[in-house]
Amino acid sequence: MGPFRNWWWKFAGLALLFYVVAGGFLFDVPQLPVVRESIRNIYFHVGMWFSMMFILAVSLVFSMRYLRHARPEDDLKALAAVKTGLVFGFLGLLTGMVWAHFTWGRFWVNDPKLNGAVVGLLAYLAYLVLRGSVEGEQKRGRLAAVYNLFAFVLYFVFIMILPRLGVSSIHPGTDGNPALATGDLDPAMRKVFFPAIMAWFIMAWWVFTVFCRIDRLRYRVQELLENEPTWK
Amino acid sequence: MTAAVFALMRKDLSLEWRNKSAFTGVLLYLVSTVFICYLSFDGLVPVHTWNALFWVILLFASLNAVLKGFLQEGERRIPYYYTLASPAAVMMARIVYNAFLMGLLALSGWGMYTAVMGNPVQNQGLFLLNLILGAGALSAALSMVSAIASRARNPFTLMGVLGFPVVLPLLLVVIRISASSIQGASLAAQWGNLLVLLLLAGISVVLANLLFPYIWRE
Repeated sequence: MGPFRNWWWKFAGLALLFYVVAGGFLFDVPQLPVVRESIRNIYFHVGMWFSMMFILAVSLVFSMRYLRHARPEDDLKALAAVKTGLVFGFLGLLTGMVWAHFTWGRFWVNDPKLNGAVVGLLAYLAYLVLRGSVEGEQKRGRLAAVYNLFAFVLYFVFIMILPRLGVSSIHPGTDGNPALATGDLDPAMRKVFFPAIMAWFIMAWWVFTVFCRIDRLRYRVQELLENEPTWK
Repeated sequence: MTAAVFALMRKDLSLEWRNKSAFTGVLLYLVSTVFICYLSFDGLVPVHTWNALFWVILLFASLNAVLKGFLQEGERRIPYYYTLASPAAVMMARIVYNAFLMGLLALSGWGMYTAVMGNPVQNQGLFLLNLILGAGALSAALSMVSAIASRARNPFTLMGVLGFPVVLPLLLVVIRISASSIQGASLAAQWGNLLVLLLLAGISVVLANLLFPYIWRE
């Protein structure tokens, strides 16, 4: 019973994900022109983007906590969350490209929402590069946390003002929240869509905890190496 | 606070005047880039390209111009300033001073660009207003990035890498206004976009003042 008490949510997530994959591919979906069967991708593509936004918000919270208390764990957690966000961001990008290939005829179209997504990913890759080029743990932590906040706020303002600029988008969903308008989602699809969002959130959190553990161990090893006795 | 900001700006200005080669270097960089574009495009570009090219040139020149501010100060002098003024005042002075520098850079770049590549702009007033506001907004966003980049190991690469995602929203708005001024749009028609530009600049200034106190210490 021991491990299950702490791990039940991982089993729940796995069970949900199995249900989503099975239901996503087997249940009936409405046959819409152009989209057709590819609408099933909504369970994967949208879920991945949502969990990316969720985990990046988690990273923001840890960055803010680091600036307040300057505890190394918070910095490591913010980093782990950004790595997780990038994993899910790239998965979302790939599933989106496959979808675009079938519905719009090309893997990439010049669309404000698609380009906005790339800018977001670039900002977080820049965050990793920044961390790599600063010496000193505290200085690195502070600079990275500040950039995380600065880029996050400006990026979300950008997403919000995009529709104002009058650039029309062929990507569904308005004002930076694609597919959140669940009102126009077929009731039959909702019984897979909501569990799918849940499942991807749990997966993201799981990956996040794994990255946290790896980074914490690496940090420990570094500490032990630095305190190595000189007689060795 | 205001007195400190003005004093710091006067300090920046006199330092700049004593060591003119720094700003001249950025100016030369701008002139060379414009001339390279002139030669490689044979001086003939479609209107759409004229606009985009101008802003891309200006963006790269401004990355250099803004970064040199914090880099020039040197490691030892910076702690001394913070004994005299608050970090927010130092940041504010840097932003305003950079805005002034970038305005100068933008205007001279525009003159040079017009001289060799022609000038298809129909509403010159709106174009110049957008140029000045855009330079100010760029300086607001880039000053904070330069504060971060100047602390890292390879500041020049980092300035670009960290700066692009932050500056891109601004740049898109600026290019849009600029493109419509070329087609002769009136100020009234572009009022909304100009407001967005001011909003983005305002957010950058507020964020920079809030966040800079966390990173000025070594």
